[in-house]
Amino acid sequence: MSLYSRRIWTNRVGIALSMVAMAFGLFALLWILWTLFYNGFAALSWEFFTEDTPAPGSEGGGLRNAIVGSLMIIAVTTLVSTPIGILAGIYLAEFGTTSKFAAMTRFVTDIMLSAPSIVIGLFVYALMVATLGGFSGWAGSVALALIAIPVVVRTTENMLLLVPTALREAAFAVGAPRWQVSLKVTLRAVKAGVVTGILLAIARVTGETAPLLFTALNNQFYSTDMSQPMGNLPVVIFQFAMSPYDNWVSLAWGGALLIALLVLGINIFARVLFRKKSSD
Amino acid sequence: MSSLEQTADGDAILAIRNLNFYYGDFRGLIDVSMDVAKNRVTAFIGPSGCGKSTLLRTFNRMYDLYPGQRAEGEINFHGKNLLDKKQDVNLVRAKIGMVFQKPTPFPMTIYENIAFGVRLYERLAKSEMDDRVEWALRKAAMWQEAKDKLQQSGLSLSGGQQQRLCIARTIAVKPEIVLLDEPTSALDPISTAKIEELIDELKLDYTIAIVTHNMQQAARISDFTAFMYLGELVEFGKTDSLFVKPQKKQTEDYITGRFG
Amino acid sequence: MSDAARPVDLHASQVRKFKIQDMLFHQVTLVFAFIVLAALVGILISLAVEALPVFRETGPAFLWTNVWNVPEDQYGALSAIYGTVVTSIIALVIAVPVSFGIALFLTETCPVWLRRPLGTAIELLAGVPSIIYGIWGLFVFAPLFAEHVQPHLQALLGDVPVIGGWFAGPPIGIGILTAGIVLSLMVIPFVASVMRDVFETVPPPLKESAYGVGCTTWEVVTNVVLPYTRVGVIGGIMLGLGRALGETMAVTFVIGNANRIVGSLYAPGTSIASTLANEFGEADPGLHISALFALGLVLFIITFIVLAISRWLIRRGVAKQGK
Repeated sequence: MSLYSRRIWTNRVGIALSMVAMAFGLFALLWILWTLFYNGFAALSWEFFTEDTPAPGSEGGGLRNAIVGSLMIIAVTTLVSTPIGILAGIYLAEFGTTSKFAAMTRFVTDIMLSAPSIVIGLFVYALMVATLGGFSGWAGSVALALIAIPVVVRTTENMLLLVPTALREAAFAVGAPRWQVSLKVTLRAVKAGVVTGILLAIARVTGETAPLLFTALNNQFYSTDMSQPMGNLPVVIFQFAMSPYDNWVSLAWGGALLIALLVLGINIFARVLFRKKSSD
Repeated sequence: MSSLEQTADGDAILAIRNLNFYYGDFRGLIDVSMDVAKNRVTAFIGPSGCGKSTLLRTFNRMYDLYPGQRAEGEINFHGKNLLDKKQDVNLVRAKIGMVFQKPTPFPMTIYENIAFGVRLYERLAKSEMDDRVEWALRKAAMWQEAKDKLQQSGLSLSGGQQQRLCIARTIAVKPEIVLLDEPTSALDPISTAKIEELIDELKLDYTIAIVTHNMQQAARISDFTAFMYLGELVEFGKTDSLFVKPQKKQTEDYITGRFG
Repeated sequence: MSDAARPVDLHASQVRKFKIQDMLFHQVTLVFAFIVLAALVGILISLAVEALPVFRETGPAFLWTNVWNVPEDQYGALSAIYGTVVTSIIALVIAVPVSFGIALFLTETCPVWLRRPLGTAIELLAGVPSIIYGIWGLFVFAPLFAEHVQPHLQALLGDVPVIGGWFAGPPIGIGILTAGIVLSLMVIPFVASVMRDVFETVPPPLKESAYGVGCTTWEVVTNVVLPYTRVGVIGGIMLGLGRALGETMAVTFVIGNANRIVGSLYAPGTSIASTLANEFGEADPGLHISALFALGLVLFIITFIVLAISRWLIRRGVAKQGK
């Protein structure tokens, strides 16, 4: 009896603790989201979107320059990383089943997925900022692209490996050359999955701050010139949140909310898209 | 050996001589020699793993896709050895089409499914391409069902329709030989009957090689039957005589259902 | 009809074209795959080149010297390495049991209809940008922690030998301990997701036979699931460690950014990533910037090793199910 009841109690305690852990995780998520919404919505206003970041000590202001800058940097990042990521992914899936080079690339991609993003900022600083004469939006995009590419590479490869062999063989069986089989049949068959990968990569880089600190830097003024330092949401949030001015801190909350909504929105959209398409 | 090379009437379009096939170190086909007769249906039967699909996949060099798989020997097609390294595989596959066990429509419209293969080797005007698509769909007995939804995805069709679309796609390229790898095993009986009818019509224009695990099917539709076991061609001959009066004990055991 | 079925003429030129196109296709995709590989090598080389001046000045002692004096141009990495390692350890001490609990809940006890939404919530949590954790930690968590938790912890544990010193000093909210806790929240979703995935690789018959001899859920998990997935679980923990070591934003906001080593976890400190975030933008060319590159190099090598081990373990853990 005592042994049995001790076992039962151990089990109950263990299960209870696992529930506590789950509750703890959910509680943290809700707490963070709640404060984010509470403080963030208070900051949102018409001016938030139409005015530029305020000078130290001045009243009001908005994040127009940072929002536009972020959108431009991310757009360029997407345009750069999508073709590179997809083609590299195709290489790994199509030609890389046996080669050592492909195994190494796969290994490196996996590492880069979790590598410290600030180090990538350092690299791009040494590569572009120090040599090409200054901080720029381009440099910011390159840094973010280095973070996005591994995500696109791995999802593309994994998706392509899911294509039924019969479909691939069927495309070869009508006499199609390899590039047409790859681009017109197998890649098209997993379009939804690859798009999901690109969306996840965009979501990932949208909130990245560290790699932009020494590449795009920041710009207090509205600018669409990618060859100059460029305002962007994450760096503005970082600088404003650490500042002593109340209106800056409030803008930081608003910016954080904006980024979080964007990232969560893209994540959820990507999931819905993938689930819908893959159940067809 | 020579007794297996009987071809009877018609010319041989494929002359297979001493064909050996290897998956790495494993020998999947052992010294296979036979002729495939032109404009006839040749069926390959045998228990699973006997090498019948492997044999079919050497005809269009599908195994080339996989490192570690290789074939030795000769498969003569119009006086050239298909297995020759110099032989262009894309060209081989355009002349020797293949339909698979599961329907494999490409992720594009019904029209594009058919046009895709045609475009590879022919430059056709829009109206000519339209004609070709219609011709292929008619050949595959699909035109009535498909003519109003040519711009819909090939994936929207039912399983049996998808399989006939795959046949239409294969013959649209105008191959000389059509390889069918258990084309009805994933289909219901009605769709199966339609495909069997189709095969009967297609042999007027094409040479057909079909792998099937269904002996009744082989008996119904084929002119010649090859029985394979453990990578070897055990018996090959006219379907009528092979099923009625098999020469080898193993063949008899198999077709009477004693193993397999 | 049958007249249309005569074999078409297949142009030899088309075949040649395809050959060239396929070769190009192979080469082009290869080049892009090479870009990915080259990026990593490029990072290592550029960091090493830029870090060279400071290593020439101090030699390998850079790694274990506890000095960071910008005006005097004297640099050592010890305080940043210390902060990086200690915050990561704190993060793992919290994150590992919690993640294990979450994974256990999601795979064993959770009602089936709740599994998907809860699993998705955890994955979404992994997607929240780290700067959000940082700003939340600075404005919400740190003040609450300073007011309601730190004094009590100090009263409770301050007099215990050895560990008492960890809780010494003024409870200001900002510091190594807070950074570790915020970091743990950020790492939990990653570790929990990996653990859940490897738990799901346990073949059902294995679990069922354990239940069949009368094991409780807890016994099945500790005696069957954990031993079976040990390798993958450790891989997941290492992945979390890799993330924690390199995290910038969740740490920089709350660690206090002081280049020194104090025994107390309440005291402000710094980590490699937060030092870079704070100083790099204003660093003068010369030894200072070189020292920062050297810190980056150290961080990259440490995380590279940790992530490589993690990947190897996760692969092995997942491959095992095929046996």
